[in-house]
Order: sequence, then structure tokens, then C-alpha cells
Amino acid sequence: MIFFETYGDRLITAFQVHLFYVLTSVTIGFAIALVLGILLSRVPQYAKVIMPLLSVFQTIPGIVFIGILFLYLGMIPATVISALAVYAIFPILKNTYTGLLDIKKEYIEAAKGCGMSPFQTLLEVELPLASPSIIAGLRMSTIYTVSWAVLAAMIGLGGLGEFIYIGIASNNDQLILAGAIPSAIMAIGLSLLIDVLRRVVVPKGIRSVK
Amino acid sequence: MDASIILEHLYLVVMTVIFSVVVGLPIGVLAYLKPAGRKIVLWSVEILQTIPALALLGLIIIALGPGKMTVISGLVLYSLLPIVHNTCVGLENVDNGIKEAGKGMGLTQLDRLISVEIPLAFPMIFTGIRIATVTTVGVAVFATSVGGGGLGKIIYQGIRTQNINLIVSGTVSLMIMAVLFDVLMIWINRRLAKGAHNKAF
Repeated sequence: MIFFETYGDRLITAFQVHLFYVLTSVTIGFAIALVLGILLSRVPQYAKVIMPLLSVFQTIPGIVFIGILFLYLGMIPATVISALAVYAIFPILKNTYTGLLDIKKEYIEAAKGCGMSPFQTLLEVELPLASPSIIAGLRMSTIYTVSWAVLAAMIGLGGLGEFIYIGIASNNDQLILAGAIPSAIMAIGLSLLIDVLRRVVVPKGIRSVK
Repeated sequence: MDASIILEHLYLVVMTVIFSVVVGLPIGVLAYLKPAGRKIVLWSVEILQTIPALALLGLIIIALGPGKMTVISGLVLYSLLPIVHNTCVGLENVDNGIKEAGKGMGLTQLDRLISVEIPLAFPMIFTGIRIATVTTVGVAVFATSVGGGGLGKIIYQGIRTQNINLIVSGTVSLMIMAVLFDVLMIWINRRLAKGAHNKAF
């Protein structure tokens, strides 16, 4: 285990930095996506135009976004975090929007009949019913973000990508694996955590339905 | 930037999609036929997806050396998930009554699969192929870091020389390619669905 003696400390730091990028950008992305998704679901006629436009935007590779932001913002963590957050938005936004739109009108009518205000309906009826879809989006975003965060190393900002880039440049498979395995573990670990979250958030009545 | 780079990128994408259909479709069918192995298969294609694209390519480069084959095999592994997943789920979702009817007519499992279940599941399978294609257009950017060329070359060059025009021209070509594939394949899928409908009724 000479490898760990040499790289152990750097690997732990890289893992922490990587995790930090992922958690902050997914949190920011999630907050923005949730609000936007709710707003868009109130105006489906506009959303029909906006959603396809956003999905075109999504085809821009992450590397371009980080590259361009790098030119304007420079070599700071905010560059990476804002680029990753933008990418985290789309799957969550899409799932929030479709999840809210798929809710049967009866439930909303029933809530209205119970005397709930639109805000109460959203909070107590619509969001809980859409939660399986929203969480599925969150899971997808998180897995992608772990993978995209590798690009931070491209502009010299650390994370597990450092090992991968150096490994590719020097043809060293040990270094590539040292970057790849922890990031795969991180993706799997976070997605398991989100599965736990789903169990807590999704209301009892619709838990059996996937 | 000239057309040859766009063609190079297109070549990577098309080869990847062909290979991933050739590999992914049988895996999806097998996963459907053998429920015992289904979980393991779906789980392993999902694990593949969690490995960063760059790392996956970096590992394959050690086995195969730099070049187009490295890129294509990496991209194939990456696009397996939507194809395998949609094939398996699509076949599963075929109406049970129809499957039973096939059985009742004395069709063997292979007959049923080829002439009943796969045709009915095809729109879903094709959607998986479409998602894989559009994703591949974007992921293929990484090809350049393992000597595979394509539009990634332009983009990397632009980033390295801080040339915004180069970055934008590479990106816009990429976006156009992704959107064209998307629109074309949605159109094909609709046509196929319509054709099947006409034949059936």
C-alpha cells in the first residue's frame, strides 16, 4: 500500500473538495429548480415553449460552460459551483414540472373544496404528490454532478478530477482509478442517501407506487 | 473549423449508437427473459453511469491505447443504460393479455419475442436509443483527451487559448447536431408508431 502512503492525504482532501462542490451545487440547483418548476407549472402554456428551449440549452457540454465561465470569473470555486448548479437544475426542474402537472385535477379540486388556499394546496397536496418524481430528478442530478465535478480539475480547482487528469496525462492507471473509484462510490453513496430521503419525504399513501 | 471535424464527431456518435444497440438490445432482452438476473444487469449498467466519462476513457486508453476505438468503446459503455433499461421495461410493459394470446396461439417464446413483444415495445426501445444518441453527442467531447478528435478538439483548443469564438463555434455545431438527432428520431418514432397502427387496424 505504498500508493496510499504517497497519495492518501491528497486523496482525502480531493474527496472532500469534490463532495463540497457536489453538495453546494446540487443544493443551489435544487432550490432554483423547485421554484422554477412550481412557477412553470402555474403557466403550462408558456412552459410548453420554455421547456424545449431549456433542453436545447442542456445539450451544451459542461466543459464549455466551465470554460466560458472561467474566462469571465477566473479560477475560483464559484466558477465550478455555478456551472455545476446550472447543470443540476434541469433534471429536477423537468421532474418537478411534470410531477406537478401529472396530478389528477380531482385532488386539487378536493383541496379547494376543503377550503385550502392555493398556497396551502401547493404545500400540502401538490408537492407531496409530486415528491416521488421530484426526488427521482434530484437523484439523477446528483449522480451527474458527481461525474461533472471532475471538470473542476481542468481549471486547476482540485477534486477527484485532479487524479484522473494527471493519470491520463502520465498514462498511470493507478492514478486514474484513484480518481474514478472514489467518485463512483460517492455517486452510489449519495444516491442511496437520496433513496432514504425518499422514504421519509414521500407520503405513506403513495409509497407503494414507484 | 472545417467540415471534417464535424464529420469526425458524427462518425464517433453513429458508430457508438450502432454498437450500443448491438450490445444493449440483447442484454435488455435477456434481462427481461431472466427476472433473476434483471436486478443485477440494471444495477451494473447504472454503476457504469456513475463512473465519470473522463475516467472511463482514461481506463480504456490503458487497455486499448489512444484512438477512435477507445472513444467508441467508452461511449458505448456509457450509452448502455438508456437502451438496456428501456428495452427491459418496454418489454415488461407489453399488455399481459397480448402475451397470453401469443402463448395461446402456440407461439414459442422466441416467436413471441420477435413477432409480438419487440414490435410492441419498439417505441419505448427507440426512445432509449434516442436518449443515448443525444447524450453521446455531448459526451463525445471528451474524445479529444484520448486522441479521438471530434468537436471536443475545437472546444478544448478554444478554452486553452481563451478564444471565445472557437468555443462558441464548436458548441453551436454540437448543439445543432444534438437537436437535429433529437428531432429526426422523434419524427421517425412517430412515423413508425403510425405505420404499426395502420397495419394493425
